[in-house]
Amino acid sequence: MNKLTKIKSKAVVLKSKDVDTDQIIPARFLTTTSKKGLGKHLFHDWRYNEDGTDDPNFILNKNDNEGSEILIAGNNFGCGSSREHAPWALLDYGIKVVISSKIADIFKGNSLKNGLLPIVVTEDILSMLMDIPRPYLSICIEKSELTLPNNEIFQYEIDEFSKYCLIEGIDQLGYLKRNINLIEKFEEKRLWTP
Amino acid sequence: MSKKTPLTLFEKVWNDHIVLQETKSTPAILYIDLHLIHEVTTPQAFTMLRENSLKVRKTRSTIGTMDHSTPTLPVNKFKDIEVAGADAANQVRQMISNCKEFNIELFDFDSINRGIVHVIGPELGLTQPGKTIVCGDSHTSTHGAFGALAFGIGTTEVGHVLATQCLLQRKQKTLSVEINGNLNNGVTAKDLVLAIIGKLGVDGGTGHVIEYRGNTISSMSMEERMTICNMSIEAGAKAGMIAPDDTTYNYLYDKPRSPKENDWDLALKYWNNLSSDIDAKYDKYIEINAADLEPMVTYGTNPGMVVNINDPIPINGDASHNKAIDYMEITPGKSLQNKDVDVVFIGSCTNSRLSDLKAAAHILKDRKVANNVKMLVVPGSQRIKADAERLGLNKIFKEAGAEWRESGCSMCLGMNGDTVDSGKLSVSTSNRNFEGRQGKGSRTILASPLTAAASAIEGKVADPRKYL
Repeated sequence: MNKLTKIKSKAVVLKSKDVDTDQIIPARFLTTTSKKGLGKHLFHDWRYNEDGTDDPNFILNKNDNEGSEILIAGNNFGCGSSREHAPWALLDYGIKVVISSKIADIFKGNSLKNGLLPIVVTEDILSMLMDIPRPYLSICIEKSELTLPNNEIFQYEIDEFSKYCLIEGIDQLGYLKRNINLIEKFEEKRLWTP
Repeated sequence: MSKKTPLTLFEKVWNDHIVLQETKSTPAILYIDLHLIHEVTTPQAFTMLRENSLKVRKTRSTIGTMDHSTPTLPVNKFKDIEVAGADAANQVRQMISNCKEFNIELFDFDSINRGIVHVIGPELGLTQPGKTIVCGDSHTSTHGAFGALAFGIGTTEVGHVLATQCLLQRKQKTLSVEINGNLNNGVTAKDLVLAIIGKLGVDGGTGHVIEYRGNTISSMSMEERMTICNMSIEAGAKAGMIAPDDTTYNYLYDKPRSPKENDWDLALKYWNNLSSDIDAKYDKYIEINAADLEPMVTYGTNPGMVVNINDPIPINGDASHNKAIDYMEITPGKSLQNKDVDVVFIGSCTNSRLSDLKAAAHILKDRKVANNVKMLVVPGSQRIKADAERLGLNKIFKEAGAEWRESGCSMCLGMNGDTVDSGKLSVSTSNRNFEGRQGKGSRTILASPLTAAASAIEGKVADPRKYL
């Protein structure tokens, strides 16, 4: 997992709301046994024509969006399945931050475990961002600050622990393993173990 | 003596599994009683274990099945599993070798215990009240029907549970969904849960654990309760729960893996204290009157876009609504009734249990599937398949012109080769009508097994009540 500290990038604006994980990465690409290489299938059925060529109308295919590290999407991004292939595909493509007014629980948790930062903004901020074709944004992870195109700063909420893991680029397994003695004690003291 | 704070079912189960309390800076360590695994969301977790020289902490609490990428046509192991493609076959083979290497019990192709992960847990009695249950699959919410705290996790978390039997979690908020009254004839648990999602919206449950309450729920069978809890995730909630009662205990009593003898008595004592306390407070409440409901069908591209089968599709909507209307090729202002149907799918972790198959067979008996319709009936497990065959349901389906298959997720998500062709319209008893969910370009209407069976006969979206 890469360390994430500061991000400055123009953002891709995907206006759809309720973008589900089947759109982010369709089920037929889940037969992989690796985390790598899913970027080419990101938003597959919206991104490519029947013959496999790029659909020029899809936002990711517009030249001026190349290299964007931030994705802004409509309310309730990442709903649907628990497939971690969704954040893997976004990261493999080069997206490091997803911004929406609501982000689905499981997707959000999966993202934070892979170094993809989910930022929940107010509906007003989201609609303001949606009206700018390629908003330039900067994010300071340490301060949990999102600097908007008008230079206003939005303080987003993030779990302290997740923030620490993002900055250090570490998986949360280490924390669980450090507490293994507590887990053992818990197992011993249970009166009735199902 | 100070009075104890009244607790909800969720809070009781949560509290009983806390290894380490959450603080402002750290999440809680939550102990997991049962970890169900399948072939799609585990290979990368096993790779992580191998790379870090880790073992599975509690093999006894880990159970594997194969359901998502497995073919539903009979399999000659290691020879014909390629019907779903080389990658799917490779994934299935890895599941078999991973379970062998890490000493995990796996329900392989030849096992009577094999089936959809959320069907086999309950039917084997592995799913029990008060347990914490996880699986790399969002429909793990199904198991909440037994008063378990059950939710879907990602593959990184699958690795955490394999290695430590624990997860790092923040406590969710609670949402009470209270349903009272009797469901009308022809209106099923599926119609009820679609109505709940319609009311809550697809993000109404985000950040919450739902508890379904009220006399409609308490008078339901376990299979109906599972259908309800299954689709909690479609309202955005990771988990949905129902308090255990005599219906739960009667269901579990003689299941192969349920507690036996003295353990049963101990378990029952514990389970009887799990119900929410009378004065318990929830963070959010909604109420539904069951008697108001009619058969429901989705018209759009998420499960919240749902109408009564006779009602017109809403005319006014936002850009997403309009995009969904275009994708589905439907007419706002008109009802879906009489819309031509190409495929009917009866199956999935939502509606593939014996009662679902019986309901569909009841309508299909001595009738024929319309010529223009391809109909697939996929039982949720090999046990259900055997039970259905004992009752002769397979004959009813076949004589009607439907295909009768081996168990699996099948056409719910089309990973195994069972897909709906591009542009075709399917009436499906599954849980998601997302664009392309059942195959690239496919269009899906979610409905109950009754509505699906009636639509198969007519070759059009049909109200099942005239066949009852």
